[in-house]
Amino acid sequence: MRYIRPLSIEDAVGQLAGSAGLAAILAGGSDLLVRMKGGFVEPELIIDIKSIAGLRDISETADGFSIGAAVPCAVLGENAALKKAWPGVVEAAKLIGSKQVQGRCTIVGNLCNASPAADSVPALVAAGARAAVVGPSGKRTIAVETVPTAPGRTSLAKGEIIEAILLGKRAPRSADAYLRFIPRTEMDIAVVSAGVNLTLDEAGVVTAARVAIGAAAPTVLLVEEGAEALIGRKLDEAALERLAKVCAGACRPIDDKRGTIEFRRKVAGVLARRAAQTAYARAGGK
Amino acid sequence: MNFDPRFSGRKFASVGTRPIRPDGVDKVTGRARYGADFNMAGQLVGRVLRSPHAHAKIRKIDTSKAEALAGVKAVITAADLPDLTDGDAAMYDILDNCMARTKALYDGHAVAAVAAIDARTARQALKLIEVDYEVLPHVTDVDEAMQHHAPLINDTVFTEGLEEKPVKPSNVTKRSQFGHGDVHQGFGHSDFIVERSFKTEQTHQGYIEPHACVANVSTDGTADLWVCTQGHFVYRQHCAQLLGMEASKLRVTSSEIGGGFGGKTHVWAEPVALALSRKAGRPVKLVMTRDEVFRASGPTSATSIDVKIGARKDGTITAAEATLRYSAGPYAGSWAEIGAMTAFACYRLDNVKTVGFEVLVNRPKTAAYRAPSAPMAAFAVESTVDELAKELGMDPVEFRIRNAAQEGTRSSYGPVYGPIGIGPTLEAVKVHPHMKAPLKKNQGRGMACGFWFNFGGQTCVDLNIGMDGSVSLAVGTVDVGGSRASLSLVAAEELGIDYSQLKAIVADTSSLGYNDMTDGSRGTFSSSMATISAARNAIKILRERAAQMWDISVDDVVWEQGHAVAKGEKHGNLGKLSLKEIAAKSGTTGGPIAGHSELVADGAGVSFATHICDVEVDPETGSTRVIRYTVVQDAGKAVHPTYVEGQYQGGAAQGIGWALNEEYIYGKDGRLQNAGFLDYRIPVCSDLPMIDTQILEIPNPNHPYGVRGVGETSIVPPLAAIANAVSNAAGVRMTHIPMSPPRILAAIEAEREG
Repeated sequence: MRYIRPLSIEDAVGQLAGSAGLAAILAGGSDLLVRMKGGFVEPELIIDIKSIAGLRDISETADGFSIGAAVPCAVLGENAALKKAWPGVVEAAKLIGSKQVQGRCTIVGNLCNASPAADSVPALVAAGARAAVVGPSGKRTIAVETVPTAPGRTSLAKGEIIEAILLGKRAPRSADAYLRFIPRTEMDIAVVSAGVNLTLDEAGVVTAARVAIGAAAPTVLLVEEGAEALIGRKLDEAALERLAKVCAGACRPIDDKRGTIEFRRKVAGVLARRAAQTAYARAGGK
Repeated sequence: MNFDPRFSGRKFASVGTRPIRPDGVDKVTGRARYGADFNMAGQLVGRVLRSPHAHAKIRKIDTSKAEALAGVKAVITAADLPDLTDGDAAMYDILDNCMARTKALYDGHAVAAVAAIDARTARQALKLIEVDYEVLPHVTDVDEAMQHHAPLINDTVFTEGLEEKPVKPSNVTKRSQFGHGDVHQGFGHSDFIVERSFKTEQTHQGYIEPHACVANVSTDGTADLWVCTQGHFVYRQHCAQLLGMEASKLRVTSSEIGGGFGGKTHVWAEPVALALSRKAGRPVKLVMTRDEVFRASGPTSATSIDVKIGARKDGTITAAEATLRYSAGPYAGSWAEIGAMTAFACYRLDNVKTVGFEVLVNRPKTAAYRAPSAPMAAFAVESTVDELAKELGMDPVEFRIRNAAQEGTRSSYGPVYGPIGIGPTLEAVKVHPHMKAPLKKNQGRGMACGFWFNFGGQTCVDLNIGMDGSVSLAVGTVDVGGSRASLSLVAAEELGIDYSQLKAIVADTSSLGYNDMTDGSRGTFSSSMATISAARNAIKILRERAAQMWDISVDDVVWEQGHAVAKGEKHGNLGKLSLKEIAAKSGTTGGPIAGHSELVADGAGVSFATHICDVEVDPETGSTRVIRYTVVQDAGKAVHPTYVEGQYQGGAAQGIGWALNEEYIYGKDGRLQNAGFLDYRIPVCSDLPMIDTQILEIPNPNHPYGVRGVGETSIVPPLAAIANAVSNAAGVRMTHIPMSPPRILAAIEAEREG
């Protein structure tokens, strides 16, 4: 096994593209090291990206925020501007693992691990976040929901690295929220989860919405019918009922050790409704 | 030695205080040595190959490729552990469980092991061992295993305890029955009858420290074993017998223990580590991974229980009956029998009958877990008692008080009770402020009672007085919950000295006589009795030495508050002599001063507890939060109240995990799906409320200080107390443990749909 710590993203991409055997990117390592210790993966090359300039920074730009691939989730919670603009994304990132894990883990790692139960991903999908990808043939940005394609698999091509997550600039009266269901209070993995992102007009009517459900299909679901149920309405009971129903209906869950199909469907609806209420209140809706 | 164990009311100076434990500083600073912290020069890494099949015949094992790998020093299979059990069926089962002989009986069953120079080589070697399995049909569910068409796990098993000897083999190894009176007649006299069926899933003790040991077999046939265990003397006997050694040639040293709860009373890895060391000629360290701990060690029984209780309108129970089916893993056990004994032990019953069935399944061999078998029986019985109280329109506490066992009651399992604490715990609960605290929407309160026998057993203690007057206490019961502190308090009490003058250790098997293991809540009960006896023997010698120093008759010397005092008119001018002064002169008055004690601690007093629990259930998700919890339990006498409270809280915490989320989940392939703490959900800190405790002290007449065991009873009521609380909060009776969110939500939905 070879461990390298490149100082530039170009070097990292080159090393990754040129690797013959299994190569793994190391940021926080909260997935990779666990999988290595468990004997599930034995990479031949480990590329530690934490020393690459800029990858540990959160920057506020004219277009919004750029969160570097090596920024630990705990740091997201310490950025007041980010927290104010994207409270749902931050609360999702701060639910991953434990305090100790949050000091290491990253949202890009969470996304590239491609687990349908990843906590930060439904919140990022609801937020309309984009991933800044660097590869041998240059740079591109893609919607985060296009990154995971199946459990453990991504759409990234050989040699490609996500260097940052981009979150847009907020319109007035906008907010997001994320909720997950776990049987414990912490240190657990979502049985099912929901992220909701809303923008309201001055009267409190929803003008834009995105709804995402996690752990209810092979990848995180962007539920467009859920958004449709909310747009053009205040968050009245009928709208919430409709949201819960379409979210439950959109689920394609499985029975497994963490929950049943029936349970995941019902709770997906409940969480979507509750997350929508939180996002609505945060956006100033009454 | 003449030792009078009877209770004598006395005032205490040390007992009942709360000093810092002697092992505390090392534990909080990381210096304490646990099982995996022992190391030896030239030590190899041991790893075990385990069956991926729930049930499979082992046709052939080819170890040649593994043996040829550079760095591999030994590979063993069952052939390296020949059967020396000489017809002892229980020992044969232990041997077969350590290393499968002809069949793999569960997912995780050991089939081979390697010792190599490092972990990587050992792991590679495991991959090179070729096992030719013939996969057989399996059964993991306790009720399914009892069906006549179920796959047979052992075709030499014919159910014991039936009136007629069965002609066909079965997965039921034994039927047992307890009770008295005539339940048929009793039900005939009742106005109300409640009958319910319950299930509980299999749980693991969940100790944080995995099994770990270092084995070193020397070329002269002697051996050392450092191991995390609840009973190093028992481990020595079992390992010696399985390896064909004389017990005294095997020295076993127990490490600090990161939790045992009954799960470290059995050997698993230790005989394997010794066999590897014997073959390799080098020390071998064997540490189980968490996956192995779940798949191959522990767990408790899964159960299926039917209960029927009848009562008159006035609230008197007229008859009680239960049928209990407990899984034993693939080997015979007596788990249902214990459940059948404890089920109705809290009550005064004229007509009672319990029947237990021990059931073989393709799961790991069931091991003791804190009051083994009692929590599931209590869950079924106490849930039914609550339902019956509701039918009668009686307060559940009043109903239980009316039917509680008392001194002189013939217990449902046979013996007649002496002074017991069930009534007092119920009376204490009745007036406890917790019972009157208001509840909010979606919240519910439940309470339940529990019983445990407790155990005494063989015990040996040495007490040595140094020339500086300090005292060392060597005990043989492994300290799982603060017993070194408690036993030091007891020695300080008897000797009349300060706690700080004492240091207690757990001695190895070559330094002290045999001790039974720390189980049955016996550690402090039995070793305190032996410590009192040893201290009194030492005092006798101290008096003799003082008499010698004064040149008077020993009959004129008494021991008072840590000093020899000369009594009688003619000794009026003699100042008293402290223990320190007598010890300083010991070199010239007859040599070292010590007290020894060897005894069988009989008369462990039975123990009762009543718990109160408040929960909040989210009706939309089935999520449950325990918001308040109170334990009331009889301790006889709390030697170190902080550690008694710790035992109460620990049992309740484990019970909360068991009640709400913990369970072994098997796939259709018979493989364990959740062999790790991520998906086997023990509670984390934030899942638990502060658990309040109330210690009652109803002296055990068979102990000089009145001590009863306290460690296990605290896990008996929680499943039932929480089930009663959840049922009250959710408005539907929960009959399946754990009450995980999907189960609660499904029950609420079913109730709503009528």
